[in-house]
Amino acid sequence: MPTNELHERPALLEARGLAFARNDEPIFGPLDFALHAGEVVLIEGDNGTGKSTLLRVLSGLLEPTSGEIRLNGEPLTLARLSPQVALLSHQTGLKVELTALENLRFAAGLGGQRAGMSPPTALAGVGLDGYADVPVRQLSAGQKKRVALARVLLAPVGLWLLDEPYANLDLDGIHLVNRLLEQHASRGGAALITSHGAYAYTSGTPRRIPLKADRP
Amino acid sequence: MKSGTTFAACAALIRRDLTLIWRRRGDALNPILFALIVVALFPLALGPEPENLRRIAAGVVFVAILLAGLLALDTLFRGDYEDGSLEQLVLSPHPLSLLLACKIAVHWLTTALPLIAVAPLLGELLHQSEAVRWVLPTALLLATPLLSLIGAVCVALTVGMQRSGMLLALLVLPLYVPVLIFGAGACNAAQIGLPYAAPLLWLGAALVLALVLAPLACAAALRISLS
Repeated sequence: MPTNELHERPALLEARGLAFARNDEPIFGPLDFALHAGEVVLIEGDNGTGKSTLLRVLSGLLEPTSGEIRLNGEPLTLARLSPQVALLSHQTGLKVELTALENLRFAAGLGGQRAGMSPPTALAGVGLDGYADVPVRQLSAGQKKRVALARVLLAPVGLWLLDEPYANLDLDGIHLVNRLLEQHASRGGAALITSHGAYAYTSGTPRRIPLKADRP
Repeated sequence: MKSGTTFAACAALIRRDLTLIWRRRGDALNPILFALIVVALFPLALGPEPENLRRIAAGVVFVAILLAGLLALDTLFRGDYEDGSLEQLVLSPHPLSLLLACKIAVHWLTTALPLIAVAPLLGELLHQSEAVRWVLPTALLLATPLLSLIGAVCVALTVGMQRSGMLLALLVLPLYVPVLIFGAGACNAAQIGLPYAAPLLWLGAALVLALVLAPLACAAALRISLS
């Protein structure tokens, strides 16, 4: 049965008893969840509930205080970061002195590029064709976000960790993010996105992982 | 899906950093001007007698270049930390220490090498003796990469802090002392006609050691800073 096959394969991302504390102050967890290929999961929580921290832990940038993370069934360690993950964080990771295209060329050189995708096509994929040679400094906040999304789109990875992908985007941009997420899920990828609830992934009924502040 | 080779990643990083420096090429002159001013302060403070100045010339130029390098050190990871590209570097599938070694190499090429190029001129300003004309640039060629590598580890440790300038200096300067002793020591030995090969060889040995170990330490320190 296809459903059984799906669950026999190790989950793309699996967290068991995952918790993180900073200076003995618990930030989130313990959390248990699994993310399979083709899924888009929304992490919901108010400001300060540790959504961004959770994504940084899952990407391998931070070491969890307890619990473990498995990527395709293999434990993720800080020493061996998996080339399976693309992270979009609050800081876009773009050089404002360089043009949008130069930024993407660098990203492709650093992390490789998805088959059938190139820096110009990724830029066109986020609706920024015509802005290739404009320095990122001159782009608006929403356009910078789109360039950062193009970097995620270009990366040859299965798992997207997107921190507030809707922030700064206009309605058109929000639809664009949803469309990119659908395409990514349909080609066997998966995505975890955070949202504080104002905008959300609206296609179908995405699974939600609520984060609550359990501090007094 | 293809994830490029480590070589391609290093090449992309070097190309990006060189492009960034080219776009901000006005800043590249600052360390040179700083060293020039520091060197010019000594005749103003000590008087213009050539004999006095000749005696201290090599040491002063060495210290001026060391301090100019220290001021330029903060820019090594600062920009990348603030715009988040350091995160992307850490998350790349390639060895972080190798990528950082490339960054340090570009930083050395663009800040220290121009300083070495003007070192003979700085020495002439202080009436340097004929004996150190070649020893000083040689010592600097061995010492400045060492300073960059040691400094990079300390910058990696402090990059997460807001105003880390003074702390960085306090952290780095004690570590620079042995490099200064051997580097300026070689110049002083040459000046009074003693053999100067030994301190230069010590610098070379330390440089080889730092080339291997500093990028690894730098990568570990950056991971701590980012968490």
